[in-house]
Amino acid sequence: MNTRVAYIASNTFREAVRDRVLYNLIAFALLLSGAAILVGQISIEIEKLVVINLGLTAVSLFGVVIAIFIGIGLVSKEIEKRTLYTVLSRPVRRWEFIVGKFFGLAGTLVVNAFFMAIGVFAALFYVSHKFVRADALILVALYFIILEFVIICSLALLFSSFSSPLLSAVFAFSLFVIGSFAEDLRNFAGMAHGFTRWLATGAAYLVPNFSAFNVITSVAHEQPVAGQLILNNTLYAVFYAIMALSGAVLIFENRDLK
Amino acid sequence: MPAIEILGLEKTYMVGFWRKRPKCALSPLHLTVEDGEIFGFLGPNGAGKTTTLKLLMGLVFPTSGTARILGHEWTDPSVKAQIGFLPEQPYFYDYLTAHELLEYYGQLSGVPAKQRKQRVEQVLQQVGLRDVKGVQLRKFSKGMLQRVGIGQAILHNPKLVFFDEPMSGLDPMGRREVRDLMEQLKHEGKTVFFSTHILSDAEALCDRVAIIHRGELRGVGAIEDLTSSVQGKVEVIWQGSQVPASIKALGAEIRVTPDRVRAIIDESQQDAVIDALRRERQRLVAITPVRTSLEAYFVEKLRHAETSVGSKA
Repeated sequence: MNTRVAYIASNTFREAVRDRVLYNLIAFALLLSGAAILVGQISIEIEKLVVINLGLTAVSLFGVVIAIFIGIGLVSKEIEKRTLYTVLSRPVRRWEFIVGKFFGLAGTLVVNAFFMAIGVFAALFYVSHKFVRADALILVALYFIILEFVIICSLALLFSSFSSPLLSAVFAFSLFVIGSFAEDLRNFAGMAHGFTRWLATGAAYLVPNFSAFNVITSVAHEQPVAGQLILNNTLYAVFYAIMALSGAVLIFENRDLK
Repeated sequence: MPAIEILGLEKTYMVGFWRKRPKCALSPLHLTVEDGEIFGFLGPNGAGKTTTLKLLMGLVFPTSGTARILGHEWTDPSVKAQIGFLPEQPYFYDYLTAHELLEYYGQLSGVPAKQRKQRVEQVLQQVGLRDVKGVQLRKFSKGMLQRVGIGQAILHNPKLVFFDEPMSGLDPMGRREVRDLMEQLKHEGKTVFFSTHILSDAEALCDRVAIIHRGELRGVGAIEDLTSSVQGKVEVIWQGSQVPASIKALGAEIRVTPDRVRAIIDESQQDAVIDALRRERQRLVAITPVRTSLEAYFVEKLRHAETSVGSKA
């Protein structure tokens, strides 16, 4: 990686840590340990199912919220506070700034997800007292969640490059919600006719297809995940993130920093 | 080779809801700053000083025109390794300490790791922040932040330094230190380009100044040239509070303070005044030619600009 990109990424990560973003881990730990103790007492046979479902959903939601709330301010806040002036007056290219910010935020989320994953496995061990081979599937679900974060980070940065934090948050959340129902949107497009069909098909392919990344339920039921899906999702996330980041760079490269 | 050549840089913003109304922030500007000089860029608030600096830093894009910095196109990224910039009212990552911030900027400026640590310590010492290097910037006063700003601008030993209102927020001691620092930079052979609306700072420091108002260059030249328009008058100062009648009769402009008298007279009356003071046994303190101050020149240029705008309207 370009060294300046690495320095910017590392500073973005440091900012998140110093702004106590990782404190969300405490809330996550409390939620998960409370849930594990509760299901351990009230459910029979399905404790594991509940813990995996709840744990992975929480990992995803906590990460998405952090990705959006940090991501939307990554560029606009720097412009507003004018911290960007002393960065861009150095031999730093604008694209390096955007890419550095992206890796910094993505790195923060990966570290966050790593600690949450430890929590999920700890809660799982608490309720089932052992690990089985099928539990390794949780890692695939976690990998998909991280791919989701990569897409959301790039989208948040894209919106942050031209919009205010409030509007960026609205755009990013809307896309996350619509993207979570992307399969339904595609089905609707298949059933619609005329202009509506054209519009729905366009929207279905434009919004990120987050539903393809959600394997939490099947993993909780110990159903294997196809290798092809892992490959497709990886390529899709990388492609989508590159597209969104390219858009962010294109906008930012031509923007006056008033 | 000039340090800066500004060749018709112009900036017009489109304003209004539909961004259709043009607002000129800077009319085509032509300006040359020589290598090794301290150059003052003067103008009232909103004159276009910061816009010019932002254009040179590549933070905003010009509507037309170009510039050369240290002999290269100003958009050339390699140029930025050789320049330092202090923005107006700087704000930094407040979760970092002064040491961490300078370390980070050193990394971005390409200062080799081996030299970086030593250079950061040296700059912290130079700007008087060594004792608070471990304190987060969110706990810094405005004056301390200004010092950090100056530190980051000179950290990578640039050949050319741009300061936007460097004295802003500093107490008299701090201002004096910044003046000394600028003089030291000049002594080291660096070029300093600084914008200010505090004329005494410019008068004390600059080799040359430019005056800008409403986005237009109103005057440029060496301080001596701009202030040397002697009006054929001298100021005579003597001790005491008595004004001899013969001097009063000359129609001199007289100001009496508890222990001194200042009289502004025509040069031709100088001998007569000295004779009168001798006769009255007054103690002469000084005789100095009256020069147009930079402030007077500045005000005159601004008034002239206002008049021409008024007459056009």
